Amino acid sequence: MHEFEGTLKSLRKRIVLTSSIAGEGHIPTSFSILEILYSYYLAQKQAYGLLVQSPDHFILSKGHAAIGLYAVLEYFELIPSHWLEDFCKFDSPLGGHPDMKKVPFVEASTGSLGHGLPIGVGVSLGKKIQGKPGMTYVLVGDGELNEGSNWESLMVASHHKLSNLTVIVDWNGSTERALSLGNLSYKFKSFGVSVHEIDGHSVFDLCKYFEPPSEFHSSGPRVLLAKTTKGKGVKLMESSPNEWHHKIPSAEELDQILQEIE
Amino acid sequence: MRKTFSSLLEDLVVKDNRVVILLGDIGVFSFRNTMNNFPERVVNIGILEQSMVGIAAGLSKQGLIPFVHTIAPFLVERAFEQLKIDFGYQGLSGNFVSVGASSDYSALGCTHHCPGDISILLTIPGFELFVPGTTNELSQAIESSYANNLPTYYRISEVRNTRDLSNSENKGTLVKEGTKCSVLVFGPILDKTLDALTDLDIEILYFYKLNPIDKDLIRRNCQSGKVLLIEPFYSGTMTSIVSSLLPKRSKIVSIGYPRKFLRNYGTLQEQLEFIGFTEDKIRKTVVDLIAVE
Repeated sequence: MHEFEGTLKSLRKRIVLTSSIAGEGHIPTSFSILEILYSYYLAQKQAYGLLVQSPDHFILSKGHAAIGLYAVLEYFELIPSHWLEDFCKFDSPLGGHPDMKKVPFVEASTGSLGHGLPIGVGVSLGKKIQGKPGMTYVLVGDGELNEGSNWESLMVASHHKLSNLTVIVDWNGSTERALSLGNLSYKFKSFGVSVHEIDGHSVFDLCKYFEPPSEFHSSGPRVLLAKTTKGKGVKLMESSPNEWHHKIPSAEELDQILQEIE
Repeated sequence: MRKTFSSLLEDLVVKDNRVVILLGDIGVFSFRNTMNNFPERVVNIGILEQSMVGIAAGLSKQGLIPFVHTIAPFLVERAFEQLKIDFGYQGLSGNFVSVGASSDYSALGCTHHCPGDISILLTIPGFELFVPGTTNELSQAIESSYANNLPTYYRISEVRNTRDLSNSENKGTLVKEGTKCSVLVFGPILDKTLDALTDLDIEILYFYKLNPIDKDLIRRNCQSGKVLLIEPFYSGTMTSIVSSLLPKRSKIVSIGYPRKFLRNYGTLQEQLEFIGFTEDKIRKTVVDLIAVE
C-alpha cells in the first residue's frame, strides 16, 4: 500500500467525523473529488514547497464539496488544525460552502453552481494580458455542467486560446437522473479544447496532470474528464448516492462507515 | 453621453494599464480604434452576460480593473447573480456601464427596458451607483471611482440636463432654496423640474450619485415635511433611503416609472410624457403636496 492510501483513508474519516459532529456537510461529493484535491495540493507542494509562492490558482466551483477541500487544506497545513472542529458553527471560518474572504487558498466563494469557470477564465485571461505565468485549475461537477455559463465561458476560453486553463470535471454521473450528458468527451472536443479521460481516483494519474508545465501544453485550454464515484470508498453511499447527497450518518451508520474505510 | 464614455475609456486604457474593457457585442464600432490599439485589453467578449461578469471577476482577482459594458437589462438583470456573488459577496472591484436606462430604446419594447436596475442593485451591499445627468458628471463619476476597489454601476441615459453639477466628491447639490416643499431629483430630469417650479417657494436637491447618497445634504435640508422624488426609474426606488433621513411623519410622493410593463412604443419623449416627466405634472404634484394639511 502506498503511503498516500493511508492518508486518503484518514482524510475520509476526518470528513465523516467532522460532518457527523456538525450535523452538516456533503460527504459523498467530497469523497468523489478527494483524490483530485489531494493530488493537486501534493503536486503543488512538491513543485513549490510553500504554496504561497505558487503562480497557480485552484477554484473549487462545486462549492458544496467544501468539507473535502477543508480536510485537504488542513492536511497540508494550509489552515489551522482546530478550524475543522468548529465546522459550520456560528463564528466558524468554515461553512457549508467556502468563503474566499475567510479561508486562505479559497479562490472563489462558490455554492451557486456555474460561477467558478467564468471566474477561472477571467483569471487565465488576466494572466495572459499581464504576461504572468501559472495555470488556473477549475474543478466543476458534472451536474454543474447543466449550467450554461460553463459552456459560454468555455467558448471564450477556446476562442482566446487560454492554454493556461485546465478544467477538471468530477464525472461521477450525478446528473444522469436529470439530464444525461451524453458523449461528454465529444461535447467538450466540439468546443475546441483538448480532452483527457482519466481515473479521478488515481493519485498517480492525477499528479501527472497537476505537475506544473515547463511550458504550456497546447494552443488552448484542456479538460480533464476525471471518472469518479460519488461516495467513493463507502458502499452505503456508492450504492445510494442521491440518498446520501446531504445526509448525516446515524451513530450506527457512522460505525459501519468508519469500519469500511479502515 | 455614449461618445463621452468611449472617448473617456480610450484615454483610461492608455493611461492605466490595469484597465480592461469587456463589450457584450455592444458599442463595438465606437471602440474600434482602441480595440485595434489594445486588442488584449479591449475585448468584444460575446453575447454572454453572466459569463462576461464572471470573467470580469477573474480579471479583478488578478489586479486588473474591468469595465463591463452592455444594455442595462442584460447587464443588471440577466447577470444579477454574478454581480451579487462574484463582485458583491467576494468583495471584488469592477465597473459596470449600461446604456438604455429605463426606456431609452422606447420603440424596441420591454425586453430592452430597465426601470428596475437601481432597485435591484441597491439590494447588493456595497455597490456604488451613479445616474449621471451630464457628460461631465459621467466623466467625474468614472474618473473618481473606477479604481475605488468597489463594484460600481454607471447608468448612461439619452436624457440629459443642461446644468452640470459634477463635483469632486460626487456630492448632491442644493439647486434652489425654498420652504414649502422639497423636490429631490436623481439624474436626468432636472431641466423640466426647474422650469416647472422656478417661481414656487420650494427647494430642489440634485443627486447623480445614488449609493451611497449624500445623506448630510438631505438631513440638513428637507425640513418641510413634504417631499417629491423625481425618479427616472421605478417610482419609489429611493423612498426607503430618503425617508430614513427625513423628519418624522414627512409625506413622500414620487414621479417615476410605474410598476408595470410599458407596452407602448413611440419615442422616448412620448414615453417620458406618458409617465409624467412633464412640467405640468411636476408642478401640479408639488402644488397639491403644498396644499396638503
